[in-house]
Amino acid sequence: MKHKANANSKIFTVANYGFFILAMFACIYPFWYIFVFSLSDPMQAIRGVYFLPRGFTLQNYLDVFTRPGILQAAGVSVLRTVTGTTLTVLACSFFAYLCTKQKMYFRKFVYRFTVVTMYFNAGLIPWFLTMRAYGLNNNFLVYILPSAIGAFNVILIKTFIEQLPASLEEAAHIDGAGVFTVFFKIIMPLSTPILATIAVFSAVHHWNSWFDNLIFMVGRPELNTLQLMLWNILNQAALQATRITELAQAEQLARQQSPVTIRMTATMIVTFPILFVYPFAQRYFVKGIMIGAIKG
Amino acid sequence: MALLKKLYGNERLRLLVLALPFVVFVFMFAYVPLAGWITTLYHYRPGVPLSRSPFVGLDNFRLITTFYRTQVLGVLRNTLIFAVLGLLSSPIPMFFAIFLNELGSIKFKRFVQTVTTLPNFISWVIIFSLAFALFREAGPVNDALLSLGIVESPTMLLGNANAVYIFHTMMGWWRHTGWGAIIYIAAIAGIDSELYDAASVDGAGRWGRIRHITIPGLMPTYLVLLLLSIGNLLSVGFEQQLVFMNSMVITRLDIIDTFVFRVGLQNHDFSFATVVGMLRTLISILLLFTANAVVKRVRGHGLI
Repeated sequence: MKHKANANSKIFTVANYGFFILAMFACIYPFWYIFVFSLSDPMQAIRGVYFLPRGFTLQNYLDVFTRPGILQAAGVSVLRTVTGTTLTVLACSFFAYLCTKQKMYFRKFVYRFTVVTMYFNAGLIPWFLTMRAYGLNNNFLVYILPSAIGAFNVILIKTFIEQLPASLEEAAHIDGAGVFTVFFKIIMPLSTPILATIAVFSAVHHWNSWFDNLIFMVGRPELNTLQLMLWNILNQAALQATRITELAQAEQLARQQSPVTIRMTATMIVTFPILFVYPFAQRYFVKGIMIGAIKG
Repeated sequence: MALLKKLYGNERLRLLVLALPFVVFVFMFAYVPLAGWITTLYHYRPGVPLSRSPFVGLDNFRLITTFYRTQVLGVLRNTLIFAVLGLLSSPIPMFFAIFLNELGSIKFKRFVQTVTTLPNFISWVIIFSLAFALFREAGPVNDALLSLGIVESPTMLLGNANAVYIFHTMMGWWRHTGWGAIIYIAAIAGIDSELYDAASVDGAGRWGRIRHITIPGLMPTYLVLLLLSIGNLLSVGFEQQLVFMNSMVITRLDIIDTFVFRVGLQNHDFSFATVVGMLRTLISILLLFTANAVVKRVRGHGLI
């Protein structure tokens, strides 16, 4: 009896470890696959690439980086991520701080007016027309302004500030410090955990965004981000790929194959920043969802 | 001047003045677009001011059952199917967390968590590229299937209308499970360990403890998250469907949001697209209030 239970338990443990190893493989392999493909010689890659590059080369990266507009797009993406994240963190935190001030006139109204925006949106078309009416069409600001104040961020920061000891702020007030001084010198430094969490989420959002780019930057391709650049490369290659099916000859196949290498290399370039930052940022992700969950 | 000084001396007012730019900002970006709903009553064309657009009453609403009838029905069906599949998938992160918790090594647990959370932070454009790379005709998945003799000719997963619902639901699992499990992992850590000890004394094995302690302990979290998701029932994606859209799968993959995008921004029927978007928002708010009322019943206090 006891013996059987032990055997069952062992089987369970092995199966359980096996399952999670498979799950991790499913999460990692797609990235690994395009990584080794991007390091392979396109002519040799055609025979199949699985775990290691075939005919190791960095030529694909050179090809992608020398494509017109790629470096510019990388610059736009970085600029968008840095300015957008800074704006979001500053605006949300200062506004949230003001919302903690019991003394403010109409404080409850101001706060609720912001919070309810979480629960409705006008829809794509009215939003698009409004942004255009504000002159944000073909304008870099359309990347960073609409997401500057997020109701959820304001809730998180406000909740965080409210549980800070009030005595610190009072002491500063007695010393004659104004709202701004208290905010920058006391509230912000004490709120780093929540601000870092929001910064990480905001940065990922900005780095990954492409839809606003797609609909608002039609007339300013020089303001395209890396994500949209990748999207365009993917779409060109998709057209090529459908043609591959009609071509039987191996040589032609090989020549047609290179767009696939290009798209994988481009994908890798856009993914690298996330992969590099991710291990360091992961604890903030976890913290972020926990705080959000407690609030919910 | 004296008045200004007096006003400035009023701290309550000064705080409000400081907050005012933010309030205006929120108003501009969240409330003003609602005014666009008025275009549902006009035959609105981009570039022509509303004052010179013909007023058509409820004609745009009638298009739902007339001109766009077939498309609307298809889009509703797809959206509802994705929504139901999403609801059915909702326990997966919970079970993922339960089984993760059964792993002995803490280091391994952490590592699994780190790795499986990663897909949540990858944009849909990149996911599309990954899926294309893996599932294309000459890709590794087809290579493996062919060499194992499971299929005789390469599969065309991304162009297969019959596979759309299950494929996109499974991609949702891939992207969301690790992330969604975090909250349950924390909830498991919060379960009183004495309960487990007591169960062991009573002779409960691993399954007994999972069934009688872990799952009941996680139920409140699960139910709250489930009810919360009801308010978002119609949000079944958008970018996901948009990037994977092609002519072979559009009849199955088209959802309300992609439909609005196509009708409005690609075919320039702004008024009708706004009608659909507006109804979607109103239904979502209704669902949210319903869910909130239910939660209030169950927990005593609501979500909003």
